[in-house]
Amino acid sequence: MIRIEARDLQKQFNDRLIFSHINFTLQSGESLAITGPNGSGKTTLVRIVSGLLSPSGGAIVYHIDGRTYRPVEVYPLIGLVGPYLQLYLNLTAWENLVFFSKIRGLTVDKSRLRRLMAHFGLAGRELDLLKTFSSGMLQRMKYVVALIHQPEVLLVDEPTSNLDEEGSETVYQLLDEQQQNKILIVATNEPEEIRFGRKRVDVAGQE
Amino acid sequence: MNPRKYGLEESVWTLLVKSNIIFQKDFHLEFRTRYAINAIILFAVISLTAVSFSVGPIQLEPPIQSAMLWVIIFFSAMSGLSHIFVREEEQQTSDTLRLVAPPTAIFLGKWGFNVVLLFSLEIIIIPLYIALLNVEVQGMSAFLLIIVLGSVGLASIGTIMAAIVAQASTRGALFAVLSFPLSIPVLRSAIQGTWTAIQGGGVAQCLADIQLLFSFTVVILTSSILLFEFIWRK
Repeated sequence: MIRIEARDLQKQFNDRLIFSHINFTLQSGESLAITGPNGSGKTTLVRIVSGLLSPSGGAIVYHIDGRTYRPVEVYPLIGLVGPYLQLYLNLTAWENLVFFSKIRGLTVDKSRLRRLMAHFGLAGRELDLLKTFSSGMLQRMKYVVALIHQPEVLLVDEPTSNLDEEGSETVYQLLDEQQQNKILIVATNEPEEIRFGRKRVDVAGQE
Repeated sequence: MNPRKYGLEESVWTLLVKSNIIFQKDFHLEFRTRYAINAIILFAVISLTAVSFSVGPIQLEPPIQSAMLWVIIFFSAMSGLSHIFVREEEQQTSDTLRLVAPPTAIFLGKWGFNVVLLFSLEIIIIPLYIALLNVEVQGMSAFLLIIVLGSVGLASIGTIMAAIVAQASTRGALFAVLSFPLSIPVLRSAIQGTWTAIQGGGVAQCLADIQLLFSFTVVILTSSILLFEFIWRK
């Protein structure tokens, strides 16, 4: 059982307070939608929960089977898709998948990777350099990479950014599956995506 | 509770395996783009050729020959070693890497890449140096040992400085400026040892320089591994 606890989180950049008094708990089978207008700190909160940023105050703690961990210690559990996370554009899609599988300590399961690629509509593009992909295809590829290790905690910032209708449907299906028995955190303002969070934090209302 | 169930604890072996995976990824990317290798080799070949033209037929003294070699290696290294982290920041892949690999494995992988990059440079530059500057190396084994140790030392300094500089908004000449003070002990011993080796000194005659190069590299490498996580985590 994994439980994420945010206690009185606060973040400021220099003198500018982004948010404060953010509190929530999430455990396996629960989901959270982070909402708020542009510039309110949704991405900052996602980055803090994933361990990419430290909070200025408060704490984010992962409780796993009775032990507590800092976010940077639990990176093997986390999958993150966001506009600021890039893949290696000078490697092919397949080379990226092999690299991320191996670095996650997984054996390269070719059939599973091909199924993931096909699920996100990228079948047949495995040997193409990522720099030849469109922005929508890159977004699909980010999902494939984030799901390689079947993450216990999936964080998605702007889930359907750059995606067409078919891509959005695939992502909605994924979000629905993730929130069944794992932890899902979605940062968005789209009403259709907010519904994937059974809990909700509005960062704009937390200053 | 078994933290290994979730892969939350890494053994030393796993760290080494992951550092090798990062090394292979960087090697593959460099092989495809040739950002660093082009910068480093072009700088070295141009400066060596310029020196050889300006010296002409004059036979340089061993201390000058030795200093010239290390000046070329140092500035060539400065033109290429920082790419290893700057490229990750510029292409916005550093956050992706932060989410998939432990900092120690990242540092060791990138250090290994920089060591190999400097060795590749030297495979090209040293025969050219010997040919263009009419250098007669009489103590070849000591000469090669000094080159290897000096290069590993420079690569160690270059890797940790590259990690620091990559976080700065104005990188420019910062890498060379920050690396130079730390490189002085390596350059001093390498120049002294190379000078002795050119004149026919063996490993025994260069022992003090070899010991200093080895100890300094171990200290830099150890402190870099300890400090890297603080640099890497913003």
